[in-house]
Amino acid sequence: MRNIFSVIIMGGMYSLISAILFVVLDAVDVAFTEAAVGAGISTVLFLSAFSITGKHHELKRKSHLPALLVVLTTGAALIYSTLDMPAFSDPQAPIHQHVAPHYIEQSYAEIGVPNLVTSVLASYRSFDTLGEVTVVFTALIAVLLLLGAVREDEE
Amino acid sequence: MMSLITDLYAYWISVLLMMVGLYIVIDHNNLFKKLIGLNIFQTSVFILFISMGKVDQGTAPILKDGFETFSNPLPHVLILTAIVVSIATTAVGLALVVSINKYYKTINESEIEAIEREQE
Amino acid sequence: MKKNPILRETSHLLIPAILLFALYVQFHGDYGPGGGFQAGVIFASAIILYALLHGVKSAEQVVSLNLAKTCAACGLLLYAGVGVVGMLWGGNYLDFNVLADNPIDGQHWGILLIELGVGLTVASVILAIFYAFTKFKK
Repeated sequence: MRNIFSVIIMGGMYSLISAILFVVLDAVDVAFTEAAVGAGISTVLFLSAFSITGKHHELKRKSHLPALLVVLTTGAALIYSTLDMPAFSDPQAPIHQHVAPHYIEQSYAEIGVPNLVTSVLASYRSFDTLGEVTVVFTALIAVLLLLGAVREDEE
Repeated sequence: MMSLITDLYAYWISVLLMMVGLYIVIDHNNLFKKLIGLNIFQTSVFILFISMGKVDQGTAPILKDGFETFSNPLPHVLILTAIVVSIATTAVGLALVVSINKYYKTINESEIEAIEREQE
Repeated sequence: MKKNPILRETSHLLIPAILLFALYVQFHGDYGPGGGFQAGVIFASAIILYALLHGVKSAEQVVSLNLAKTCAACGLLLYAGVGVVGMLWGGNYLDFNVLADNPIDGQHWGILLIELGVGLTVASVILAIFYAFTKFKK
């Protein structure tokens, strides 16, 4: 696909479809965030950056073979590694055995919030959320420094 | 063999998407397409994690009377953090692309490499 | 784009509804899907919609870049401050049980305050990044 505008819009559609996939997999909080972030904000930022740079004619590489080989080898190695994984949606998988039953059973008694994802995110693992907010703030500082929007009175 | 496919198809789909994203990052020249490929790669990892957290005949992890089995909330928390971090890295990546365009006047990777080689 | 009457009238109906929905998602994150991140993104998208339709200069009269930068820092400070308050009142860092008389109320207060901090920071960060992109001089 040559046209970068179409590529960006397709990227937004891909995020929306993956949000629907998350709803089918019972992850409603994640679907909410992915739809808002991927299909909304990401597309707007891509389009505004694209409007700054403008269209450039894309050059194709001479040979696609090395990239194809790398991708096929990595894909084969990853599929070989999935052969050890537990079956899809198995209730007895190890991931559901250790800390998760404690969160599901004790969360209402200890915290009193029905949404388990919020209680884990904001109370049991609030340190990680602090780190995440710091990452978002650092990204803001990086973008402001790169794009030169730091001082407004030097016009 | 059939039981292998019905057990593991979710993971294979996400590996396929991961490889598509990796191919786009490696092979295309345009920096915007590379960033979209990175986005596809990240989303495929999210799908892998969320599919690992699904429980058969469970429901969304919000406590309500009448529901007994819930999906595992831990991967959801992890992926929520990861989605917000992905938007942060995409924003920084786009700012880098805009700065690169201002300096080199192009956003094709092979042209940038050629300019860098001439400047040595 | 502000000369187009359809866009203008639709946005006058939609933008208050989007802002209200952002506040709803922020405060009902305890009882349904939602929370700070989603609310921040929806709030920023309402202001971005206004900026796309009426120009960045009009949007800056509502929320300026300096206000967005300050609010981002204040949100993070609120989050870390709740942790320090927990430490001052006898518990560990980010311990919510000591914030009120009984632990359950303390947890509610703690979750409310930090989700507010998260929502504030995420909304102002996304808005400030959008402003930085649109005000870039080539």
